[in-house]
Amino acid sequence: MCGACGVLIFAEQEDGEIHKVTYELLGKGRVLADKLGKNLCAVILGYGLNDEAQELIYYGADKVFLFNHPSLKDFDIIKYKQSIVRLVNEIKPDIFLIGATRIGRSLAPRIAASLRTGLTADCVDLDLDDEGNLVQIRPAFSGNIMAQIKTRTKPQMATVRYKVMKMSIRDPARKGEVVEMKAEPIEDTGIKILEKKKANEVNISEAEIIVAAGRGVKSPEDLRLFRELAVLLGGVVGSSRPLVDAGWIGKEHQVGFSGNTVKPRVYVAFGIAGSPQHLFGMRYSDIIIAVNKDPTAPILNFSDYYVIGDLYEILPQLIHEIKKVRCVEK
Amino acid sequence: MNILVLIKQVPEIEKVRFDYEKGRLDRSSAGAIVNPFDLNALEAAVQIKEKIGGSVTAISMGPMQAIDALRDALARGADKAILLSDESFAGADTLATAYTLASAIRKHGTFDLIVCGEKTIDGDTAQVGPEVAEFLGIPHVAYVEEIREVCSDKIVVGARMERNYYIVELRLPGLITVTKDLNNPRLPTLRDKLRAMRAEITVWGYMDLAEEGSPRFFGLNGSPTRVIRVYTSVAEKRRSQVLSGTAHEVAQKIVQILMKNGVLR
Ligand SMILES: Cc1cc2nc3c(=O)[nH]c(=O)nc-3n(C[C@H](O)[C@H](O)[C@H](O)COP(=O)(O)OP(=O)(O)OC[C@H]3O[C@@H](n4cnc5c(N)ncnc54)[C@H](O)[C@@H]3O)c2cc1C
Ligand SMILES: Nc1ncnc2c1ncn2[C@@H]1O[C@H](COP(=O)(O)O)[C@@H](O)[C@H]1O
Repeated sequence: MCGACGVLIFAEQEDGEIHKVTYELLGKGRVLADKLGKNLCAVILGYGLNDEAQELIYYGADKVFLFNHPSLKDFDIIKYKQSIVRLVNEIKPDIFLIGATRIGRSLAPRIAASLRTGLTADCVDLDLDDEGNLVQIRPAFSGNIMAQIKTRTKPQMATVRYKVMKMSIRDPARKGEVVEMKAEPIEDTGIKILEKKKANEVNISEAEIIVAAGRGVKSPEDLRLFRELAVLLGGVVGSSRPLVDAGWIGKEHQVGFSGNTVKPRVYVAFGIAGSPQHLFGMRYSDIIIAVNKDPTAPILNFSDYYVIGDLYEILPQLIHEIKKVRCVEK
Repeated sequence: MNILVLIKQVPEIEKVRFDYEKGRLDRSSAGAIVNPFDLNALEAAVQIKEKIGGSVTAISMGPMQAIDALRDALARGADKAILLSDESFAGADTLATAYTLASAIRKHGTFDLIVCGEKTIDGDTAQVGPEVAEFLGIPHVAYVEEIREVCSDKIVVGARMERNYYIVELRLPGLITVTKDLNNPRLPTLRDKLRAMRAEITVWGYMDLAEEGSPRFFGLNGSPTRVIRVYTSVAEKRRSQVLSGTAHEVAQKIVQILMKNGVLR
């Protein structure tokens, strides 16, 4: 278990629950570390997280650095940054990956600035060149193009978009080491959480079925049909950006470049043209079904099944048919 | 209260067309605007000033033409504007940008609050704000969508992270980055615009920042990241099987697909 740390990943937790992007980081991190012939390490901060630290080993980490302290229970940018910077200076990883979540995107730049190292935001793929340098791939110009970026300082830091990379597979037979780190919490960081409440939102990134609405929808009331179908299928309503901009539906439903990336088993798109920005967010869905009245809409090329037709005729019929199937079931 | 707002001039990205054949961006039809999120940042600063007094200074790093963005900021309620423009600032990645901005903020002197946009629409990193805070050694809260209370030495804000919405007290001097949900930026009147046209704008080059920062950390020299290659990336085409028939028949076909894939049983 000794040996250099090739890749360090930040294991994000909120309320003691590990964010799933962490397992995606472990998946990619494992590949990179193996190629480098070095260890894959993880850092986790919080309180009472011994089981979670062990989980990270099952998911591929060789070594987990655990900062365990009551004062680290909730995210505090300064405390987290200080502990992590100290660790990075100690173990000197070649690569340091953080999820491109809100917490990650707030934390990573502070760490990068403190370490005076480069940071690439929102990567969708990572690879190594012949010299073992990290090649970071991220979208540019609203997802129309991809840029390959290299960093000439160490660690090479990147935040990684959620739901793009493959999760590692849990193996409870995996062995690794949990290293307890001494937390040296600062009393007053200038940040005090006065209140914390559940954001209580749909989590579209985790949805298995998405019924998505686009500008083909004529009025906000019509979204009722989408909700009905989503409920029938046990899924979530998704949306293209114009409906969000118009205030018809919350931003948490937005799929695409500036919204959420999703990877459902089935994505049904009604009245969505299929702009590069929208495709960016749903292109990894298992099955894409599109309904559009325009036979030249780009989304047709990017769907497995498509219907050239009016969503106002098809959607009610579909709801009707599914209800019929459901009834037969009962 | 002495408030600084960091604003960036960006291309009107909705109008930047992408030429898939040539694999190039065509910016000829796009003008330059103030990064939309930075207008929310400016609005927040101006509202605080209107409520408890003080001044708002807009700071931007960019080519000389970014002066237009600063004039826009002045028309929308900023009192002063500083442009950081120098050949040696060019080609900066987020680290070098933040370093340069932080150097200028040190030169500018005392401040209580720095307000940034959540992210830029061209860079889209959301990194510059937190990096500036780190270089200045002050705390920050990102993704602020609500400002509850402002006192001379602290500000109470609401920000959503992954699972929770947090109400946070931030000690000043501090930095916040704000989302679109925070407010609706005001439109400048013609009179404001005329006033801004005549206003004086300070321009600082690298000599002006020589005492606060080292040229080795400015611009391309100070940027550890490099773009190696750009290429088009379109989603993969799929089998595109047509489902035809009446609405009723099509609906039945979709149901069959859903059943075949275990979504419906
Ligand atoms: C920086 C940037 C970021 C962006 N981020 C996102 C993002 O995250 N997500 C996103 O979605 N967009 C995003 N966009 C916007 C994107 O470029 C498109 O404008 C948007 O996706 C279009 O949405 P739409 O397909 O619903 O609307 P439209 O392009 O207007 O298409 C509507 C479609 O509905 C069809 N239609 C109309 N009526 C009917 C009917 N009765 N029955 C069936 N079909 C019908 C039409 O044929 C058409 O194809 C972004 C843009 C920029 C510049
Ligand atoms: N060149 C710049 N000049 C001034 N402020 C900037 C500049 N670049 C970024 N910012 C600020 O940092 C925020 C985040 O930018 P970015 O990291 O590019 O997404 C912006 O909303 C601005 O408030």
